[in-house]
Amino acid sequence: MSAVVQSGQLPGGTGPSAGAEADGAGVSGLRLAVRRFSRNRLAVIGLAVVVLFFLFCFAGPLLYSTDQTHTALTSANLGPSGSHLLGTDAVGHDELGRLMYGGKVSLVVGLAAGVLATVIGTLWGAAAGYAGGWVDAVMMRVVDAGIAIPALFILLVISAIATPGVWGLILILGLVSWLVPSRLVRAETLTLKNRDYVHTLRAIGGSHTRAIGRHILPNSVSTVVVAATFQVADAILLVAYVSYLGLGLQPPKTDWGGMLSAGLSATYSGRWWLIVPPGLAVILVVCAFNAIGDGLRDAFDVRGRG
Amino acid sequence: MTATDRTTTAGEPILRLEDLGVTFSSETGDVPAVRGVSLHVRPGETLALVGESGSGKSTVALASIGLLPDNARATGRALLGSTDVVGAAERDLASLRGRTVSMVFQEPATALDPLTRIGAQIAEVVRNHRRIAAKEADALAVDLLRRVGIPDPERRARAFPFELSGGQRQRVVIAMAIANDPGLLIADEPTTALDVTVQAEILDLLRRLAVESGTGVLLVTHNMGVVADFADRVAVMLQGRIVETGPVEDVLLRPEHEYTKRLLAAVPRLAVAPAAVPAAAKDGAAAGSQDRPEAGSQDGPRTGTEAGAESATPAPEVPLPRYAARARKANTDTAQGSAAGHEPVVDLRDVTVVYGRRIGAVRALDGVSLNVRPGETVGLVGESGSGKSTAARVALGLIRPTSGTVTLFGSDLRRTRARARRELRSGIGVVLQDPVASLDARMTVLECIAEPLRVHRRGMSAKERQEQVGALLERVRLPRSFAQRAPRELSGGQRQRVSLARALALEPKLLVADEPTSALDVSVQEAVLEVITELQDELGFACLFVSHDLAVVQHFAERVVVMRSGRIEEQGGTMDTLLHPGTDYTRRLLAAVPVPDPVLQRRRRAARLAATAGAAAGGAGATA
Repeated sequence: MSAVVQSGQLPGGTGPSAGAEADGAGVSGLRLAVRRFSRNRLAVIGLAVVVLFFLFCFAGPLLYSTDQTHTALTSANLGPSGSHLLGTDAVGHDELGRLMYGGKVSLVVGLAAGVLATVIGTLWGAAAGYAGGWVDAVMMRVVDAGIAIPALFILLVISAIATPGVWGLILILGLVSWLVPSRLVRAETLTLKNRDYVHTLRAIGGSHTRAIGRHILPNSVSTVVVAATFQVADAILLVAYVSYLGLGLQPPKTDWGGMLSAGLSATYSGRWWLIVPPGLAVILVVCAFNAIGDGLRDAFDVRGRG
Repeated sequence: MTATDRTTTAGEPILRLEDLGVTFSSETGDVPAVRGVSLHVRPGETLALVGESGSGKSTVALASIGLLPDNARATGRALLGSTDVVGAAERDLASLRGRTVSMVFQEPATALDPLTRIGAQIAEVVRNHRRIAAKEADALAVDLLRRVGIPDPERRARAFPFELSGGQRQRVVIAMAIANDPGLLIADEPTTALDVTVQAEILDLLRRLAVESGTGVLLVTHNMGVVADFADRVAVMLQGRIVETGPVEDVLLRPEHEYTKRLLAAVPRLAVAPAAVPAAAKDGAAAGSQDRPEAGSQDGPRTGTEAGAESATPAPEVPLPRYAARARKANTDTAQGSAAGHEPVVDLRDVTVVYGRRIGAVRALDGVSLNVRPGETVGLVGESGSGKSTAARVALGLIRPTSGTVTLFGSDLRRTRARARRELRSGIGVVLQDPVASLDARMTVLECIAEPLRVHRRGMSAKERQEQVGALLERVRLPRSFAQRAPRELSGGQRQRVSLARALALEPKLLVADEPTSALDVSVQEAVLEVITELQDELGFACLFVSHDLAVVQHFAERVVVMRSGRIEEQGGTMDTLLHPGTDYTRRLLAAVPVPDPVLQRRRRAARLAATAGAAAGGAGATA
């Protein structure tokens, strides 16, 4: 063995390894994950639904433009017809157009709030798990306390004090829902910080920042991505709750929750088109995000949601 | 009871495999794991199935008992008595398992239900196959515990698994396996998770049970010493096929197949001294190293002298691995010359590490003093829980000692500032045990090796870094093109070499290696140790080498430190200490190591049993 030794084994040694470890070899982890994800039919459908809803909300108005700012009382409460495919609401807004308009807000706020919550939770959890000891204890008791107070309660209190805009809503939702991801990431960090490569880095004098930034966070990315998907679903639902209770965005701005709330009075007059479309939209999108989350979790093979 | 009169206990084979094939279907296609394997095991006979990882030996064992995972397909025949396991219905298999055939797995910690008392677990196994009253089954369980050598079985039957040591747990697992007097016992690496002294006891137990009840044993192992100690016949597997099979003396002493020869040559052999004539052996060892210019050539069995082997042995060759030559040389001209005048690169003085407080406090290290001088290799040996890894981690600065001082390159670690300490640490290289966990799977090999450079050589450009990583890869004898690979694509031995390249990136003065080869196959281990040795000669770094494998340490290290439950039992020159140990503990440790020579091993075993029988009249089984 004077020159370069190609394989670490004896020349006649271990060749193709046994089936148990056949997974891998030549196939990158990412590609394997994509393949596993695409085999999960529900997750693929979920992804399709989300993509379609985004197209509907953002590209839809280009094909089907409606006036969502001015009231048109002459054409209020019309049923579905050729000129208004899903009818109109109590102030004459075209319902299909409003579904696109409100969907933009629901999706953007849900996505942004979900991502924000995940980012905060990830940093908090990683810091707590890595530091360990009393720092960890204090940080996680804060999380426990936060989880003990229902998010909806906090939202109601805040909404009673101030009327948030889109950005305010994102910030508030993000700040109340980072707790669950922080627990997930902390658990992940606890195992990752004891990996040999982290020990090795510490032993040669590498910094804590490097250990977290280069090793622990990149390796918990699958957990984080899965958590984020579920967070987005939860956030969309929360936006709908808050708006439904009339504490979200103020008209003429609206979102799907707000549309439901506005349609509430129409329940007994048979104007189903004010309730069914936004309700279905919320259900579909939330289910779709959850399906994607499940698919990602299986693809990355990470453990269940917190 | 010798091997020969056990093999003659003829009779219908209890297990007969005919042209057995097993294929796994995976996400990347079908992988054949076992191809055309035929073998048989007769009652009262032990067949050892040996091979390196991935050779398919465990798959054969699982196929024999019908426990293959769902994604496996078996072909051919696997006859247990008169039943063909291949294609048998789960119901039929269930009635066979435990009664006709039973299995002992590697890891005793996970083989037992943690929430059920061990007596109840054994009784359950009994009642699965026999319609007897619960009381009777309980009595049988106590009886079985006595048979497997658990002291005070009546009381121990009420113990939970966590109250037992690893060795005792494995005894319980064996008790469960023999509960219904099976005709065949399949033992898959039954002692691999255990310390050598415990391993010797478990092997004694299995041997006694097999002889007493005429049970056939299919022993799956990678350890040639265990084979020599226990087996009557051996089948050597390579890439899913059996390449050589025969009586243990033939295969281990006169191997025919090229692969078996190479495999045996790669096994590190413990040189042992006869208790009676220490002086002669010492001379032998010294002489042996002088007339060994370059031990062995690339192919063919390596030649070597029987350094320190028992004088009465009919000249069994003790081929030495190439990484041994240097250690032997240093041993003969003793470490004194090189050591004097240099201050140690790392010096632990009276270091104590205590975990927990008050009642729950555990002394992981207790007054440990050891040092490593420039350029020398110190082996740190001991059984699990002896504190050897803790000591290495204290030296690395990963564990802060409760008391005592650690001096690294002449600076007391407690008195240096954080920044200076970080600077000091650039002089350390680290290689840890687990080849998988040692490298971050998200990085390329390039990034892994470049990490120390990024930490300590901030000014270096990407291009320089890349160039240096290429050079490092060549140093550890890997092609430069590996830089762009992912660690996942490499074998265990290649990964450990990448770890080594990373450890050498900053040209350290001290390499700390914690069991760097214990997860590797022997042939790979040999290659990795050779690389370390060569680089050490070239770069002159000191090495603190932690290992549980006395044979490896004997060849690899110049000085050895023997640890036991957090204390240093003894230390000294490797050859002195491991050939003529000064303490009972070291002697026992050495006696328990099985050597891969059935004739020699039989004699060693007899001597060991005689010694323990004499010493243990009072407290037998205390070490289990």
